[in-house]
Amino acid sequence: MRVPLFAPICPEGYNPLHSVLCAQAAFFRQELPLSEDQSSRNLDFKEAKYTQLKKGDFLLDRYEVQEIVGMGGMGAVYRAQDKNFKAIRLVAVKEMISQATDPLVRRNIFEIFEREANILATLRHPAIPRIYDYFTIGERAYLVLEFIHGKNLEQLLVEAQGFFPEEQILSWAVELCDVLDYLHAHKPEPIIFRDVKPSNIMNTVQNHITLVDFGIAKVFESGQKNTMVGTQGYSPPDQYRGEATPRVDIYALGATLHHLLTLRDPQLEAPFSFGERMIRAINPNVSNEFAAVVERSLEYKAEDRYASTAEMKEALINVARKTGTLLHLSIPSAQATAHGANAKPLWTFECEDELRGSPNFHDGSLYIGCYDNNLYALDASSGQFKWKYATDGGIPGRPAIFDGNVYFGSEDKRLHVVSTRSGKVAWTHYTDGPVRSSPSIAEGHVFIGSDDGYLHAVNINGGRLSWRAEAGSPVRSTAFVSNEYVFFGSEAGDFTCVDFRGDPRWRFRAKRAVTSSPIVADGVVYFGSMDSTLYALDANSGWVVWRFRLGKGSISTPAIKDNLVYTGAADKIIYCVDTKTAKEMWRYTTDHQVTGSPLIHRNGVYCGSVDGNLYCLDAATGRMKWRFQTGGPITGTPIAHEDMIFIGSTDKKVYAFLA
Amino acid sequence: MKKFVKRFRRKKGKSKTDRRGAAATVPLTQSQEWELAESRPGIKFGHLVVGSALDLGQRRENNEDALLSFSGSIGSSSGSQPFGIYMIADGMGGHRNGELASETAVRAMSTYLVGKLYKPLFGPEPQPANESLREIMEAAVLVAQKAVRKAAPGGGCTMTAAMVLGSQLIIAHMGDSRAYAITRDGRIEALTKDHSLVKRLQELGQLTEEEAANHPQKSVLYRALGQGENIQADIFTSNMPNPGSLLICSDGLWGQVDKDEIARIVNSVANPDLACEQLVEAANAAGGPDNISVILVRLVN
Repeated sequence: MRVPLFAPICPEGYNPLHSVLCAQAAFFRQELPLSEDQSSRNLDFKEAKYTQLKKGDFLLDRYEVQEIVGMGGMGAVYRAQDKNFKAIRLVAVKEMISQATDPLVRRNIFEIFEREANILATLRHPAIPRIYDYFTIGERAYLVLEFIHGKNLEQLLVEAQGFFPEEQILSWAVELCDVLDYLHAHKPEPIIFRDVKPSNIMNTVQNHITLVDFGIAKVFESGQKNTMVGTQGYSPPDQYRGEATPRVDIYALGATLHHLLTLRDPQLEAPFSFGERMIRAINPNVSNEFAAVVERSLEYKAEDRYASTAEMKEALINVARKTGTLLHLSIPSAQATAHGANAKPLWTFECEDELRGSPNFHDGSLYIGCYDNNLYALDASSGQFKWKYATDGGIPGRPAIFDGNVYFGSEDKRLHVVSTRSGKVAWTHYTDGPVRSSPSIAEGHVFIGSDDGYLHAVNINGGRLSWRAEAGSPVRSTAFVSNEYVFFGSEAGDFTCVDFRGDPRWRFRAKRAVTSSPIVADGVVYFGSMDSTLYALDANSGWVVWRFRLGKGSISTPAIKDNLVYTGAADKIIYCVDTKTAKEMWRYTTDHQVTGSPLIHRNGVYCGSVDGNLYCLDAATGRMKWRFQTGGPITGTPIAHEDMIFIGSTDKKVYAFLA
Repeated sequence: MKKFVKRFRRKKGKSKTDRRGAAATVPLTQSQEWELAESRPGIKFGHLVVGSALDLGQRRENNEDALLSFSGSIGSSSGSQPFGIYMIADGMGGHRNGELASETAVRAMSTYLVGKLYKPLFGPEPQPANESLREIMEAAVLVAQKAVRKAAPGGGCTMTAAMVLGSQLIIAHMGDSRAYAITRDGRIEALTKDHSLVKRLQELGQLTEEEAANHPQKSVLYRALGQGENIQADIFTSNMPNPGSLLICSDGLWGQVDKDEIARIVNSVANPDLACEQLVEAANAAGGPDNISVILVRLVN
């Protein structure tokens, strides 16, 4: 028999007689049916030892406590900062204090703690907080979890000025069904949450729901009677008989929805008395259909309720269809999270042909090249057209902006330089082949590769060619300039480092094309190749520090933050790799090749895919936060400015989103 | 060109200090020594300044530690490339197997690493190796593992090996010898994680640091070279602390001398050999129950 780990308390009126329950109670409170001697020792123990952590306290030299955000029956929940990361990364640290003095009981508790943590570690769902770590210090056990920004539904209920809008509760209900369905479908054993109630449900700042406090979630061993846990008012009669089936969660979800719709707290009412408080009698604004679904989930007999959360979700979606709320309703699934409200574009702008390149932002304007041969300047806040400049070929790269001019290459073989204000040409530079790379500007020069097989270094004052470095094959990779050196790849697979005079310093040969653009961090240059490898080379010597095997070739340009490198590949995957150990941290599989490059902005990875979606993933975990489906493959790279993300798609449109 | 002139000028300024240092009959002040040690005049030429020490300790009659320190620099018109291989192994196992294991491991691993680096570094065409530094390290650990199992069956040893190429640092690690990065401002950080049972229990919160330090089984390892079929070394890359020092040592040092004291000694003695000697003295003064081995590496620009 499993003992739940973080059950706050046994239900009121329940007398722990059972030996396992004793262990549980011993962990969370001191109601121990032990000898008097032991009981009093427990009390002393508590008074002598129990102190909360204070702001500034460190756990494991790593987690710095910021404040207490909650108190449970067995310890506090802290908001802490993970100091292992240079960037600010907040975590929730749950503290559980064992009051047991019996070493056997204590060991049992810690074993259970570890098992539970391991179950949590296997769960991946947008509405379940990720677990990062667990450890024990003396009689205290700690769980380190993803910090959820938001309020729990109980807080929202307390603050409520009037009834919540029906569609709001409906969308929460659908999301809750989805996450419960995910838990119930867990293999090898279903997980029954067993304590669905408003205080265990967070409403995030993005207006999604997250289940918290997995304390009593329990891997359900079919047919076995289980320890009673749950909360009076929300728990069904069958749960009091020790049963834990999906229908237990369905009832508690129904009770929670009933509370949200009627604002009547079931904990203050007689048990199982929802039948006496019909929803529409209290809140006539609720549709018949929605009330019927909730009331069916609250049937006294388990077999009269929905058989599964999937069935209940289906019913809720039908309600949404009938009442017209479906239009505003985001329907999530375990694999693909809800399209949040923030995944609606703020504006779009349509060009005359495909956008294969990437936008750049400067001083309130967005610049993007198009295969209608024009470079567009748009107002970044509204998407309003400012000017366009025509070349004689498609514009594949990302424009660079420097000192009042925008620089970009075109398949008409030229590097164009036009004024950011007027869109009038300043000068152009001819190469002997289409220009498919993007310009980099440093030290008074613009560096740009061409299909003529050279990297060109052009003086920005007037456009005189200073030198060109031979690559032997087309250069579509964008040069990276760092510490007096310029790095770039070529289509034959050569990766070259030249100095500011254009003299080669070292050269590395990959097995296939290096179209990916390099990026240098901490003396290491990172780039991908069509030979299915992500390379890390010593920037000074070209020595291979490590290689990481991708499923297929990559032309995506890696992005780096906090010792993690992100890249995409033709195997549909967005990868996150630790730069120190060359180990994969996570991967996210899209529905088609990832030829664009990831952008790291705040804690998100933004990356387009040929499947047409722009994805926003959590940079630390790879969990999808939102995605948006455009009308064609995305091959470019997004750009961010403060709260906004911009991307072009081959559906001819430029999109702006809230980050 | 501008930069060259700047350097040229700086060189002139420095040479005064040099001359005074060389001709002086009184010892150099600390700051003068650091100046000499840290900023070499002339063109930018990175190289490694290294010291090491190996000591029986106060209570042991045999030496189960083995160390290797090998450095060089190549400087030419195409720039400079300092390189080095440093490792410490601490043997375990009855009879002579402990000594044999650590010595075999160090020899096998360094033979392999030097062999791999020989052509790329000293060959007529300075081409980087085909394999990545990480792959070379992984292979070297396997070679050492094989050699230990053959030469000292039943024996085993820790292995903390560092390869430096320019500013890159690649570390392979098993057991409870340690590598530390020490910055000039006195911060000291363990780059490696001990594979010892006691450390693990401590991480799990089962033991306090004090209990761990005095635990009777504190040298029980759960990973060591020569032990078990499938060995798993921690291999990771980092940057050479710059300015600062890389310190590799056996538990004979870190078990006796507090890490802040280690950092203090490393940062107060400019000459790396003398610094290593002082570290050994400190461990012996604290009882010296075990063999003590130390390697100290500084990257000087």
